[in-house]
Amino acid sequence: MNGAEAILEALAREGVEVIFGVPGGANMPLYDAMYTRPRFKHVLGRHEQGSIHAAEGYAGSSGRTGVVFATSGPGALNLVTGLADALMDSVPLVAITGQVSRAAVGTDAFQEADVTGVTMPVTKHNYLVQDVDEIPRIVKEAFLIASTGRPGPVLIDVPKDVQLEEFSGDFDVQPDLPGYKPTVKGHPRQLEKALAALGRARRPVMMVGGGGHDAADFLRHFAEKSRIPVITTLKGLGVLPGNHSQVLGMPGMHGTVAANRALQHADLILAIGMRFDDRITGNIEKFAPDVETIVHVDIDPAEIGKVVRTAIPIVGDARWVAERLAQTAKPLDISDWWDRIHEWQQRHPLPTPERDRLSSQEVIRAFWEATGGDAFVTTGVGQHQMFAAQFWKPNRPRSFITSGGLGTMGFGLPAAIGVQVAHPDATVINFDGDGSFQMTLQELATLFKYRLPVKTVLLNNGYLGMVRQWQDLFNEKRYAEVHLEDSNPDFAKLADAFGVRGFTVEKREDLVEAVKETLVHPGPVLAEFRVFHEEGVFPMIPAGGSAEDMIIENPREVQQ
Amino acid sequence: MRHVVSVLVEDHPRVLTRITALFARRGFNIESLAVGRTHMPGLSRISIVVLGDDRMIEQVEKQLNKLIEVIKVTDHSEPHVEREMALVKVRTEGVEERLQIKEIVEAFRARPVDVGRTSSTYEVTGDPGKIEGFIAGLEAYGVLEVMRTGAVAMSRGEAILRPRLKKEAV
Repeated sequence: MNGAEAILEALAREGVEVIFGVPGGANMPLYDAMYTRPRFKHVLGRHEQGSIHAAEGYAGSSGRTGVVFATSGPGALNLVTGLADALMDSVPLVAITGQVSRAAVGTDAFQEADVTGVTMPVTKHNYLVQDVDEIPRIVKEAFLIASTGRPGPVLIDVPKDVQLEEFSGDFDVQPDLPGYKPTVKGHPRQLEKALAALGRARRPVMMVGGGGHDAADFLRHFAEKSRIPVITTLKGLGVLPGNHSQVLGMPGMHGTVAANRALQHADLILAIGMRFDDRITGNIEKFAPDVETIVHVDIDPAEIGKVVRTAIPIVGDARWVAERLAQTAKPLDISDWWDRIHEWQQRHPLPTPERDRLSSQEVIRAFWEATGGDAFVTTGVGQHQMFAAQFWKPNRPRSFITSGGLGTMGFGLPAAIGVQVAHPDATVINFDGDGSFQMTLQELATLFKYRLPVKTVLLNNGYLGMVRQWQDLFNEKRYAEVHLEDSNPDFAKLADAFGVRGFTVEKREDLVEAVKETLVHPGPVLAEFRVFHEEGVFPMIPAGGSAEDMIIENPREVQQ
Repeated sequence: MRHVVSVLVEDHPRVLTRITALFARRGFNIESLAVGRTHMPGLSRISIVVLGDDRMIEQVEKQLNKLIEVIKVTDHSEPHVEREMALVKVRTEGVEERLQIKEIVEAFRARPVDVGRTSSTYEVTGDPGKIEGFIAGLEAYGVLEVMRTGAVAMSRGEAILRPRLKKEAV
């Protein structure tokens, strides 16, 4: 057995079933070992960035650790964006990269890059394997680190000669991580304090983030027993069903009026598995001005107190804490508070302006109505992403997969590949924009190769729309370098060239039929919807503003 | 504010880079850094002196705790001792100057480690303020070279920086 075979054996022992990746000179031994003894499903990407986003989609939608292979130098460097994305959004990944042989490391050899150096700030941890017999321990540690505590990406860089060297180590090894012991159990006294504060609160809200998905059953139980209003962050969408009567929607820059007003007036915020990102808080001085008590539950102690002053910190696993909350919850006497919230909800539903052309919002809503929300959704980044976050109401945890912290355009299509691989029988819809889509569209070939029936719903507004919206609002409509329509490809023909069913929809009367066609076609589809060009995402809290500054409807149209 | 931070780490390649990168990312200039092995096999100890906003330093400490190879971190805000050593090479030309330098050396309890015809080198130990005082005292005679080790620090009393069975970090 050589080093490459030892890596595959170690992966098999971790229960790995799927590997995303691209071969190259420095990881050929790994691919040779897979060819000789196939035991994993390998999904060949067309670019390493596509492969790592696919691994993120796989991990995000299943909760399992995603695995990605890439070769040295350019191959590994193409993973960097995905690693940073996974670190920001706490996605468990193990990346295994080929490296030039040990003797050539540090000599500017062909396809050499200092990959452990470059990826240090974008991984939870990384390794350079110097000794073939260390492989079992390193792989075991990598999976442990990636999947426990606050999950994140771990990279293992393996020189080619180590992959080829004879292995004489032992697979029955223990991790050796004296400095790594995540705190799972929250402090019982802190929990008591939190419950007492909750009992006293008149205007409480619970705000749940991406850390809440694995605690969803307990959180729902707690919410329903206590009747507390629930806000789900972008990464927390689906922890409770989006159309649940207690869910106020997303907070922050493009959040609902009800969610932002509730935060503005709340006296207690129970924050679970979220990190008070600047897109949520806006101007931190003016965030939640009436709040008396913030209870912050997070497994990462570095997140507590980082942004907001926290009265009751609880370091621990959301599931562990939620289970105790659910056990002890009592109905809160907050009917006045709910009256105010209901009023905000009724007065300010999400704006759906009437357009001559199709609007992104109505397209997303049509898909939601056609599926009943029973689908996995991925998105790119930009206006279409925010519309999807507003109008798609996920039914289940881990069913809305999007790039939150890093905001990586081009995330949607490759992520959808990973979601579909993890859930072969599910409906997977990638809501994408014309700008985002073109950043990773080569992965249409991957859809075709594996006959993955991903439905890409391309909301084509002919612009880098979110930048255009900011230029409209803040730069007096100086539309600098955002115009795409003059040079966009014919998306239907493009899809056709990749063997993917493609068509274009322009008229409202064709919408329902097009949605049906997209969903019933047995293979992959690229459905291009030509939507209103100058749509804006509202409500909007301008960067650095607060809920007081919330722009509820497009000011250009209010003036007219 | 000035902070003295001690970090107990696994003795692995790149550990130092991981640690300094957390300061560099936030634009902190590390004033001094001293590293050495401990009595515990495989564990090294680092003392870092850094100037910075208290909240930011607190965040850096939390981030240090998150590093997999970091065993424990302490910010020496409690009573502690700090020591630093320096080698100072100074011009020693006239007889009169030599006598004056000798007086300064004695006052600071420094020791000559190399004596030449035109220059001598002294070893001085103490807290960073004393080192600076010594160098300033010699300035008038012509300081040719200075090498400081950076502060090493330790808490007074019972507080001990050692591995715990349970570490509250991710």
